[in-house]
Amino acid sequence: MKTEISRREFLKTTLAGAGLTIAATMTPFGSRLLSAQDVKKGLFNPNVWIRITPDNIVTIVVNKSEMGQGVLTSLPMISADELDADWKQIRFEEAPGGKKYIDPNWGMQLTGGSTSVRHMFEPLRKGSAAAREMLRTAAAQTWGVPVNECAASKNTVRHTKSGKSLTYGQLCEKASQLPVPENPPLKDESQYKIIGTSLPRLDVPDKVSGKAIFGIDSFVPDMLYATIARPPAIGAKIISYDKEAAEKIPGVQKVGPTDHSIAVCATAPDLAWKGRDALKAKWDSGSHPELNNETLERTFLDSLKKEGAVALNRGNAQNALSQAGKKIEAIYVFPYLAHVTMEPMNCTAHVSENRCDIWVPTQNQSGTLEVAQKLTGLKPEQIHVHTTYLGGGFGRRGFVDYVEEALQISKATGKPIKLIWTREEDIQNDLYRPAYYCKVEGGMDAKGRITAWSHKIAVQSIFEQFAPQMIKNGIDPAAVDGIAEMEYEIPNLFVEYVKMDLPVRVGFWRSVGNTQNAFVKETFIDVLAHAANRDPLEFRLNHLKNPSARRVLQVAAEKAGWGKPSQKGQARGIAHHFSFGTQVADVAEISVNKKDGTVKVHRVVCAVSCGTIINPNIIVAQMKGAIIMGLSAALKEKVDFGKGGVETSNFYNYNELRINEVPEIDVHLVKSKDAIGGIGEPGLPPIAPAVANALFKATGATLRRLPMTPQTVMEAMKKV
Amino acid sequence: MISLEINGKKYEVDVDSDVPLLWVIREHLKLTGTKFGCGVGMCGSCTVHVDGKAQRSCITQIGSVEGKKITTIEGLPEDHPVKKAWIAEQVPQCGYCQPGQIMQAAALLTENPNPTDKQVVEAMSGNLCRCGTYPYIKQAIKRAAKEGKKV
Repeated sequence: MKTEISRREFLKTTLAGAGLTIAATMTPFGSRLLSAQDVKKGLFNPNVWIRITPDNIVTIVVNKSEMGQGVLTSLPMISADELDADWKQIRFEEAPGGKKYIDPNWGMQLTGGSTSVRHMFEPLRKGSAAAREMLRTAAAQTWGVPVNECAASKNTVRHTKSGKSLTYGQLCEKASQLPVPENPPLKDESQYKIIGTSLPRLDVPDKVSGKAIFGIDSFVPDMLYATIARPPAIGAKIISYDKEAAEKIPGVQKVGPTDHSIAVCATAPDLAWKGRDALKAKWDSGSHPELNNETLERTFLDSLKKEGAVALNRGNAQNALSQAGKKIEAIYVFPYLAHVTMEPMNCTAHVSENRCDIWVPTQNQSGTLEVAQKLTGLKPEQIHVHTTYLGGGFGRRGFVDYVEEALQISKATGKPIKLIWTREEDIQNDLYRPAYYCKVEGGMDAKGRITAWSHKIAVQSIFEQFAPQMIKNGIDPAAVDGIAEMEYEIPNLFVEYVKMDLPVRVGFWRSVGNTQNAFVKETFIDVLAHAANRDPLEFRLNHLKNPSARRVLQVAAEKAGWGKPSQKGQARGIAHHFSFGTQVADVAEISVNKKDGTVKVHRVVCAVSCGTIINPNIIVAQMKGAIIMGLSAALKEKVDFGKGGVETSNFYNYNELRINEVPEIDVHLVKSKDAIGGIGEPGLPPIAPAVANALFKATGATLRRLPMTPQTVMEAMKKV
Repeated sequence: MISLEINGKKYEVDVDSDVPLLWVIREHLKLTGTKFGCGVGMCGSCTVHVDGKAQRSCITQIGSVEGKKITTIEGLPEDHPVKKAWIAEQVPQCGYCQPGQIMQAAALLTENPNPTDKQVVEAMSGNLCRCGTYPYIKQAIKRAAKEGKKV
């Protein structure tokens, strides 16, 4: 993958008349399109690049990171359609880090929040439509005919009357001299030819051949491999280490302290690790030696007794609860989770006097540039961020801690270095999905309608560290994701947030707060439905007005045979959640071994509604992947703490779902006229509650502590 | 010096005999298709073939494979039924674990050209994929088995 087109290269191409380049910039007045001439004047911060060259190739520079979600295909599809390009002539380039590649909605170059298509849809279409109009005009001028007699299709402009045609490659030079139309006409949905089709992904061939270059595959001449001896307990300080012993290991070239640890650099990764082991580093017991699973649990449960900041106060929940005919209360417990991207954190960096290069699998080029500027003192134009393929992201790679380490080590040693975290470092130094404790109370009237819902969340703040400006009135939006704006019609709703102050690092984990809040909301709804003696689907529909929410529930239910008898020994559970602009409902069919508590998920039926559909196959793949990751979290995953630090270390104690435990999954796309929704994350939240609801149906057990290991299932069944 | 035969090519590498094969393949020889995932043989990202059998290169000492035929993802022909099936079924998402998955699947089909569903998941259960491409992996192996029979 070519990962860089520098401004100089771009200008050179343009000045040589080698093609047509369209850049679009967002101004306070909306999108404005700029031609090559404008670019020369340096007027812009473009966010979209479409390059057409005389070889008739159309290159789309993608400003979002590819971490599996398919942006290197979906974003070019949006451009290609509006451009009337020939898909076979489309190429992609991953944008390097740079201000001109920022996401116009965010003002940052960042991939996350299931926003890539949502944020880039409009700018890409406008830029592409402008290019198409310029190509048509160039053809019209060449032939001396009216533009409206010139039709664009598959990289070619054809004069409809005479049948003459010219390719985009033949027209691009002339087109690049033309003024850029301010408001090019955009296609109507009915005119889409590429959008809405299941084109194969452009990145798949390289990912099958083994040629795809991930961050860990970066090489720089003369580079050293860096590793870091890290404290086992949070905040632990070094007592002693044997520098000489490490230096004696053949291949070890540099050993020295970093901020809180010791770095070892060697000519090969295994030698760096040998050097690290030879250090025999001794650490004190850290800043929180008392921290372990039990003390954490006590702290959380105590915090649920405190008053929190009010995220939402509709009606009067307390009053309505005291008057409710039926009242139910529950406490929910969620563990810390690790991201465990298959590619461990890594970064290759080369800091020299006048230049800094960073090769990194990152979701956050803006953050990478910022930390590099801070550490090197270099100007933005001297810093080159090369985005590689990401071996998984899930939110972890939005953080730049490992970039900072690589830069520090390169700066200190004066050498290019490749820092590779071991799996143990990766699991023990994550920014975890935060542990989450919740107390919920619900009240119903005699007719079986929910009259009141009170929801108190105790969780650490993610935004506090990452973007404190997002916290308003003491509310971290990630903590209350999907609950404050829940779609059920509840007249008295009270949502409260108790911010936990703990030394454990927390971060965005696929679907963020929606994962926990959807579980609580959707399992508690089932308990209320049961108390009201209503079918869970019917009960949900009774409290839902949104037509798309109702539709996904109805489709999932119908396709799963809801209401018909399950296979012997099996039970179904249903759940719905709206997140990242997308409606998803799941029905899970499970069985439980009542003797040992093992849950087996046989089949999942998913219905998803996300407005405009770019590539159906990619949506289905994202749904299936999110369901499997969500099942893994629900059934298996947990980070353990002890002796003031993280005890979980590798795949032998961080359990994940494996292929032999994966159910059959059917995904149904539900069409709607809704605004375009995200796809990377919304498939995850409904699956865990769908499984727990099936367990409730099968056994009457209410599972309120995750993960649903055989042991927690047995405990829940005992309480029935 | 240790002599190796990888993808039909002979290499001499100057490393200790206890160095994991993975790091020699990746960092010395720059055949980076083989991936590091866990270092303890529990995720399968580093799977290569040693004399045709799937092996975790992260826990294979280089000294133990001298004189043996090693195949990495780069050495598996592009028209191999497993590679073709992986493209046809559009298996990869992030793609990082896929070389290991493909090597594991290819070794399975060499040993058992017509595996049952149960045999497929048994053979593949040592290979982790965080993106959750498992349903596609199962489909691709079925397709490759079918295509393999035609050859």
